[in-house]
Amino acid sequence: MSAHAWVDLLLAMLGGAIRVGTPFLFVSLGECLTEKSGRINLGLEGVLVFSAMAGFGAAWLTSSVWLGVLAAGLAGGLLALVHGLVCSLPQVNDIAVGIGIMLLGNGLAFYLGKPLMEPQAPQIPSLMLGDWSSSANVQAALHINALFPLGLALALLLRWGFTHTRWGLLVRMVGDSADAARALGTSVNGVRLAATVAGGFIAGLGGASLSLYYPGSWNEGLSSGQGLIAVALVIFARWNPLRCLAAALLFGAAGAVGPALQSVGYGAAYQLFNALPYALTLLILLLTCSPQRAARGAPMELGVTR
Amino acid sequence: MAKMERNRRTLLQGAAWLGAAYTTAGWRRLAEAAEAPITVGFIYVGARDDYGYNQSHADAAAEVKKMPGIKVVEEENVPETQAVQKSMQGMISQDGATLLFPTSFGYFDPHMLAVAAKNPTVRFAHCGGLWTAGKHPANTGSFFGYIDEAQYLNGVVAAHATKSLKLGFVAAKPIPQVLRNINAFTLGARSVNPKITTTVIFTGDWSMPVKEAEATNSLIDQGIDVITMHVDGPKVIVETTAKRGKLVCGYHASQAKLAPQAYLTGAEWNWITAYKTIIDAAHTGKPHPNFVRGGLKEHFVKTSAYGPAVSEGARKQADGVKARMLAGKFDIFTGEMKDNTGKVVIPKGTTLKQTDVNLESMNWLVDGVIGKA
Repeated sequence: MSAHAWVDLLLAMLGGAIRVGTPFLFVSLGECLTEKSGRINLGLEGVLVFSAMAGFGAAWLTSSVWLGVLAAGLAGGLLALVHGLVCSLPQVNDIAVGIGIMLLGNGLAFYLGKPLMEPQAPQIPSLMLGDWSSSANVQAALHINALFPLGLALALLLRWGFTHTRWGLLVRMVGDSADAARALGTSVNGVRLAATVAGGFIAGLGGASLSLYYPGSWNEGLSSGQGLIAVALVIFARWNPLRCLAAALLFGAAGAVGPALQSVGYGAAYQLFNALPYALTLLILLLTCSPQRAARGAPMELGVTR
Repeated sequence: MAKMERNRRTLLQGAAWLGAAYTTAGWRRLAEAAEAPITVGFIYVGARDDYGYNQSHADAAAEVKKMPGIKVVEEENVPETQAVQKSMQGMISQDGATLLFPTSFGYFDPHMLAVAAKNPTVRFAHCGGLWTAGKHPANTGSFFGYIDEAQYLNGVVAAHATKSLKLGFVAAKPIPQVLRNINAFTLGARSVNPKITTTVIFTGDWSMPVKEAEATNSLIDQGIDVITMHVDGPKVIVETTAKRGKLVCGYHASQAKLAPQAYLTGAEWNWITAYKTIIDAAHTGKPHPNFVRGGLKEHFVKTSAYGPAVSEGARKQADGVKARMLAGKFDIFTGEMKDNTGKVVIPKGTTLKQTDVNLESMNWLVDGVIGKA
């Protein structure tokens, strides 16, 4: 490949990191918050699909994209509430419930989303951060989803909140030692329920990013497993919101490599490059499953580390 | 052929109506003369309004509904599993359907064949499968269209619209039907200007919205200014291209409504022709047509109306080629033809007619395509 092609590839990866990475960012931040409270919500894949449908539907019906974004968040929160409530019952396994929520979210979204495939809804505006450049490619790469800065701020807020606010400390305490929390008179289930619902709301914003910005329409193959990958990202990021941001961008960039390589004429083994994000997931899980490292940063109450 | 017969029958019915118009007895006689009504079932793998393959079938089924003496039952989102056998059997037992159109590729073997064996009096017409005499039962059959002719015309129009001389093609998988479309599109474009190239991106599956959007963006980043596709739902690609201010040729159905300014033209299915042939045979008790194929000339495929960005010159040239295709005087795949590695794939002096089965096993990309099959 020529130097020019390399520059194009890097630009495509930069653009792709933000375009493709934004839903990963929101879902992983939502999951991070939920897991910090000591519960895993595998249902975020279903939350992502359901909220994408709800957000698109609301934006289409009201002709207001921001009402659509709000509806996506609320829909995500609602589905997560079901997860939180069921998991509050004694002897309920959160992972099994999560799989149930995932299937429920997909099914509901497909059923209610039938009339939404044909219409076009208003779209989330782009922030034109690349207008300083004369290169069309740089401009295109820096047309940024208006939700992305929100995700960025959210990552910083969560990072700060976990260490500097009463609520953040409460969530972490419940996640690290339910007994200690009970001894202090904190409602463990109450905090976990709140963390799960808030996590669902944040993941729902990722759904809005899918259906209202990129690719910007509703159809049944919209997520194709991105919610599940985002859950894996949280483990990779070791429950640190800023690392979630880095991981989401990395995965977005990896997703852009396959098409970008083919567009510069390097078509060999495109299947392998298309599989890059998934291969990366496996590799990361393999690397992070080492017994010395797995526990570091993980909430002690979490099913996987207990 | 079928169309002519239909016209004659309509004419005869019209004449009968004129003669009998003033007597009620005449009305009764006309009613008796009409064929017994039949129920026809349509099964789709996806949603009926996907702006793509399933919509192309559902649109034609909507026209079938208007035909006299036909009752239509439909079911969408039927996976290519045991579920389609249940759908088919349900339509036969509960709705009394005597003719079924399972429209997705994976329905053919083993599902349709299994239900057909249990219901020898019901007719089955599958879309895209390769029906073989002797191997498959006589109450089954397949129909398909040579849509590469419309993709060739897409290429001609795209060639006039491109400024960078670089075209893009977002494809799902490198199977013969897809490669044939990519090659026809490229040949059409290079018939206008041999300097034009087509860059292909394979996404790996039939419906991958994020990857399709990403592919479209990468193509445009490379200076490509006209894009077409072969995926199940072209909506995302059409919208993304229009958002970036580039031009697009559609596929499966018309996507003009999604991007009125950016839409040049498109390759559309016109399944109603095949449907009518098969339904008429069932209606009149003629043998089931087992192997139905056709292109533009046979009205199996059609082209979308030209968009505002199509120049006068482009219209003229495309219409000229189309007229020759309609007259049966145009061949897309003629020798000598080389693939994009320089290998001769069609020797000099050889012409592969549309009906040639060699074309249905195509595994090469023609010279001018950037990409690997």
